[in-house]
Amino acid sequence: MGLNSKAYLAADLLAKTILKKPTRDGYGDGVVEAGKRDPNIVVCCADLTESTRSLAFKKAFPERFVQFGVSEQSLAAIAAGMALAGKVPFISSYAMFSPGRNWEMIRTNIALNNVNVKIVGAHSGVSVGPDGATHQAVEDMAITRVIPRMTVVAPCDVHESKKATIAAAAFVGPVYLRFTREKTPVFTTAKTPFKIGRAEVFRFGKHVTIVACGPLVHNALLAAAQLAKKGIDCEVIDNHTVKPMDAKTIIASAKKTRRVVTVEEHQVQGGMGSRVAEILAASLPVPMEFVGMQDCFGESGNPDELIEHFGMGVSAIMKAVQKVMKRT
Amino acid sequence: MAHAHDKDIERLEEIANDIRQSIIRMLLAAGSGHSAGPLGMADLFAALYFHILHHNPKKPFWEERDRFILSNGHICPVRYAAMAHAGYFPKKELLTLRTFGTRLQGHPEREKLPGVETTSGPLGAGLAQAAGLAYAARLDGKKWRTYCLTSDGEQEAGLHWEAALFAGKYRLANLTAFVDRNNIQIDGMTEDIMPIEPLRAKWEAFNWHVIDCDGNSMQAIIDAVHEAKAIFEKPTVVLLHNVPGRGVSFMEGKFEWHGIPPNAEQAAIALRELRTLGGRIRAEHE
Repeated sequence: MGLNSKAYLAADLLAKTILKKPTRDGYGDGVVEAGKRDPNIVVCCADLTESTRSLAFKKAFPERFVQFGVSEQSLAAIAAGMALAGKVPFISSYAMFSPGRNWEMIRTNIALNNVNVKIVGAHSGVSVGPDGATHQAVEDMAITRVIPRMTVVAPCDVHESKKATIAAAAFVGPVYLRFTREKTPVFTTAKTPFKIGRAEVFRFGKHVTIVACGPLVHNALLAAAQLAKKGIDCEVIDNHTVKPMDAKTIIASAKKTRRVVTVEEHQVQGGMGSRVAEILAASLPVPMEFVGMQDCFGESGNPDELIEHFGMGVSAIMKAVQKVMKRT
Repeated sequence: MAHAHDKDIERLEEIANDIRQSIIRMLLAAGSGHSAGPLGMADLFAALYFHILHHNPKKPFWEERDRFILSNGHICPVRYAAMAHAGYFPKKELLTLRTFGTRLQGHPEREKLPGVETTSGPLGAGLAQAAGLAYAARLDGKKWRTYCLTSDGEQEAGLHWEAALFAGKYRLANLTAFVDRNNIQIDGMTEDIMPIEPLRAKWEAFNWHVIDCDGNSMQAIIDAVHEAKAIFEKPTVVLLHNVPGRGVSFMEGKFEWHGIPPNAEQAAIALRELRTLGGRIRAEHE
């Protein structure tokens, strides 16, 4: 057991000196690449061009960049109109405001209307840090995954973010892409496989399955490495596509380990872990523990201390694994 | 759209009357739905589908068609009636309005009925989608125009004014909006519920060209659209001052008729009034 060699993870995966970059950078690179491939791609932004990283597209294709100002509701609804005319709009803002503030436009004007708009939510999670709870979206996956026809992707690092952006551009239908502000470990590589709807097993193990999404996948791998020293062998799944979720991979792993811990920087209610529970409850009920925000709001602080404070750090994941091991 | 002559105006007025009669029959069959708005807007829909829009009922997805976005989706009986009369689908299908399995949903859905450009009903969202269409058309150098009808109650919605700001900034001259200014909304008169006046000044402040228009005058509607097409530096909004429930005496001007259908007796009276133009002519089927 150990790392999946076919996941082509970074060699310095466990090193403290690992390179760190924000996942939003991957979106910035990816949307420029997608723009080169498809002239119908337009990028719409609500006054957050630099911090969402839509700026890269604006520089590359100024005629296909549309500035909205602080107008997230019309950001979604006007983009729906552009999509009706054959455009492929990427709409970018902070996750708190899009899909937060404009949820009904996303639900009705984009999803029910069945038009090809990509929703780019930057600054998700408490790792937004000093800005505080008003700007820390920890409900966004719940409110998007509940919408019919919506695809929800939460990439784990800058490489996966770029791949997810390019894949979303080629995918026909509404997609929510979830990115983060803070620099986080670059632990996958350009060769790491990525496909929307397919979870990747990053580490093989036999005692417990850790299903994670977003940059916390790295914390899950660190926890697994420490637990291995204690004789606990964890399987770690990068479950980037929260909807439609890869039930096959999750069930196959749970069949082997019979115990599951989910890890997400999001409310445990209604999030990625909840979907894992829905899948397992229906076909393979096993003991589960849920690492994430426990029905509370975030607050100001630096990202690392907030992740620790809210119980999503490496030690919290290790505790959850040890707890689920004791359950039968 | 060519200039309308007197006989064209007469023909369009007759079509508007036919559309009103269809609306009454549809609402009676459905047993639910909105009466006042659709009747008030029948003149606009006759003008749109039989004179203004560049469209082909046999080819609803024709790329070069003008786009017409109905933002206040709840008045869809008038759109469905106008579409059926124009030849998009058989008129007998109108009686399936709001029933299980129908293409004529209670609020219109793009995916259900070809020719419905967007799914609508939640108020305030139509102008935004119309602005998106107009922006994309200009980006691609397309000649087709976008029209959008909004209710006056929608002038209370934040999203609507975000879209107005956007269209004003980007000078979307290929976009023409209409406001169904009938002064009523579900809970009462607009100026009691949440005043929207001075409406002309608001739109002008958002950098739109504004035309006040008698929304129940065929000639005035057509003249207003001609004027809108001649304005090249900004989008145009036509404020259609009209009588809700137009053509049916006991519905005219009554907000109570916003969200309810006529019963059989009321429908019979309404149809008789429409057939006789309020008693001015003899009905064919006395």
